[in-house]
Amino acid sequence: MVTLGDYLIVSGILFAIGFAGVMLRRNLIVILMSLELMLNAANLSLVAFSRFRLQPSGLPDYNAQIFVFFIITVAAAEVALGLAILVALFRARQTTDVKDITQLRF
Amino acid sequence: MPPLLFWVFALLMLIFGVAVVVNRNPVASALSLVVSFLGLAALFMSLDAYFVGIIQVLVYAGAVMVLFLFIIMLLNLPAEERRQINWLAAAGGIGVALILLVQICAVIGHFQAAHQTLPPLPRSTTDDVWNIGALLFSNYNLPFQIIGVLVLVATIGVVLLSRREPR
Repeated sequence: MVTLGDYLIVSGILFAIGFAGVMLRRNLIVILMSLELMLNAANLSLVAFSRFRLQPSGLPDYNAQIFVFFIITVAAAEVALGLAILVALFRARQTTDVKDITQLRF
Repeated sequence: MPPLLFWVFALLMLIFGVAVVVNRNPVASALSLVVSFLGLAALFMSLDAYFVGIIQVLVYAGAVMVLFLFIIMLLNLPAEERRQINWLAAAGGIGVALILLVQICAVIGHFQAAHQTLPPLPRSTTDDVWNIGALLFSNYNLPFQIIGVLVLVATIGVVLLSRREPR
């Protein structure tokens, strides 16, 4: 049978993949996609906890699924804003590579 | 859901998640991300969270990924050319991610409740969309309105950011 630990470990691996993407890649679009992977890993943990920790009535704990709903909304707003910033940056610099954006670097 | 299907969808999600990070072509990364999100939606449905699974497909695999592909094609981004890889930085990045993963697995290994299997659900008379909606509009009414304001602010911000400067 599938246990709660299996879901949590799959979610942890997904988070680590997203984290490695943020650390390793230099393309800003791929960094945004890796951020989405990390947010979704958190969503998977929340839904797993909601299903395994039942309410006294025997139904899943729907509070966690409401958090997932809010996270998805905030993530969608974040993607829209991030891509708008990226388009503005591309107009100014003609690049999406983080190695070429060093103006604020000490 | 049988355990076999859980592992099939989990592996699908993780393999295409790695493909997102590894691909040098941004379009291939975005399409891999779609498959990864579909696998994740299947995992949500295996946890009886049908509403969350459906909005995962509609919002992420639908709207957000179309936005990503639209921007990639609008900017006409080429595949990243091979640059000299900074091996020290790459090893550091992979090392930090691996340490994080080991830490997560160690914590889950010492977590007693992690060994429990899926508890059976009663045959309920109401579906989970109804339950989530009732909770959202009663206990979480104020956060729901705040999130509406947040989406409005994000919309205005996107319009302001992508407007060309008047000359």
